[in-house]
Amino acid sequence: MLTSSLVLGAAEQAGGHVNYGDIFFQLIVFIVLLALLKKFAWGPLMGIMKQREEHIASEINAAEESRGEAKKLLEEQRNLLKEARAEAQSLIESAKKQGDIQREEIIAAARQEAERQKDAAKLEIEQQKEKAVAAIREQVASLSVLIASKVIERELSQADQDALINEYIKEAGEGR
Amino acid sequence: MHHGAPEFELFGLWFNGANVLMITIASAIVFLIAVLATRKLAMKPTGMQNFMEWVMDFVKGIINSTMDWKEGGRFHILGITLIMYIFVSNMLGLPFAIVVDDKLWWKSPTADPIITLTLAVMILGLTHYYGVKLKGAKGYGEGFFTPMKFLFPLKIIEEFANTLTLGLRLYGNIYAGELLLSLLAAGLAHQGIAGTIAAIPLTLVWQGFSIFVGSIQAYIFTMLTMVYMAHKVSHDH
Repeated sequence: MLTSSLVLGAAEQAGGHVNYGDIFFQLIVFIVLLALLKKFAWGPLMGIMKQREEHIASEINAAEESRGEAKKLLEEQRNLLKEARAEAQSLIESAKKQGDIQREEIIAAARQEAERQKDAAKLEIEQQKEKAVAAIREQVASLSVLIASKVIERELSQADQDALINEYIKEAGEGR
Repeated sequence: MHHGAPEFELFGLWFNGANVLMITIASAIVFLIAVLATRKLAMKPTGMQNFMEWVMDFVKGIINSTMDWKEGGRFHILGITLIMYIFVSNMLGLPFAIVVDDKLWWKSPTADPIITLTLAVMILGLTHYYGVKLKGAKGYGEGFFTPMKFLFPLKIIEEFANTLTLGLRLYGNIYAGELLLSLLAAGLAHQGIAGTIAAIPLTLVWQGFSIFVGSIQAYIFTMLTMVYMAHKVSHDH
């Protein structure tokens, strides 16, 4: 076979004998290299890589956690804002209503007051009128009594009578 | 441009001195890069740490594309070390080669079949080990008879074929790259002025291509390691 002749050829090239020493040397050196590298290089390197992996995983977890928390807070804030807005809206609304009611009340009170004053004025006027009429009536009565007594007191001539009447009228006019 | 290997015998075993040297250098470079890059670790990565983390994620991607991370996570460190070591090894032979007394000292350790096959056998051995460990002896054994019973001989052949191809693919690519480089640099460049001038752009292009091939081979080796591992370890196979 080609491969065997190659191997044998190499062995022949080595001088008719196989270098078993090389085999052992290579084996031992490789195993020693493997052990040394495992202890001094690959082991620590793998350790740090694993550590980093864990670090990244924990960081991702922490990030996710804080994101969730932020989301929760945001939701909370949003709700609070909505609440505040609604409250403000209702406050404005109630203030408006309150203002409306107050306006109506003020207007009603003013109207009532005006009505009352008008009524009072009317009453006053009426009273004054009554008073005036009563005074006139009183005076007319006394005047009539006076005239009657004068008429009864004297039987006079026409001329005297006229003069008397005139006098009395004059008197009445003065008395008035 | 064939140079000999600086071989020596120790404790009854034959060693290739160049391999020993280059394996040590490659391992040292990988270790230095890795340790320097992870010197100052921070939660916010900078500079070299970024690069190392990119390598880790890259290998993680390779594993994830072949099997579940629950099963594949344990091969992560193996994968990173493999890809770094093979990449550095592939690159070592590219800038220059050092020949002393007609013996090649500086080269890619992966340009030797015995090194790549060692790595391949080690990987396949690990797949069998983890196959038994994760699925139990029964589950592991059943793996050889699914989906059809008569596929058993093919499955056995497959194990050996996998081992050979895994090792020889890497060796072939890197060795061929270095061979052509040495032919260009030591052969063509010595054929007079015209040869030197002709060798410069060719060497440049081939070095660039070899960097590409070296990177791809490191990736493929790691990828196939994980694929073979997945075959043995995953429950849906």
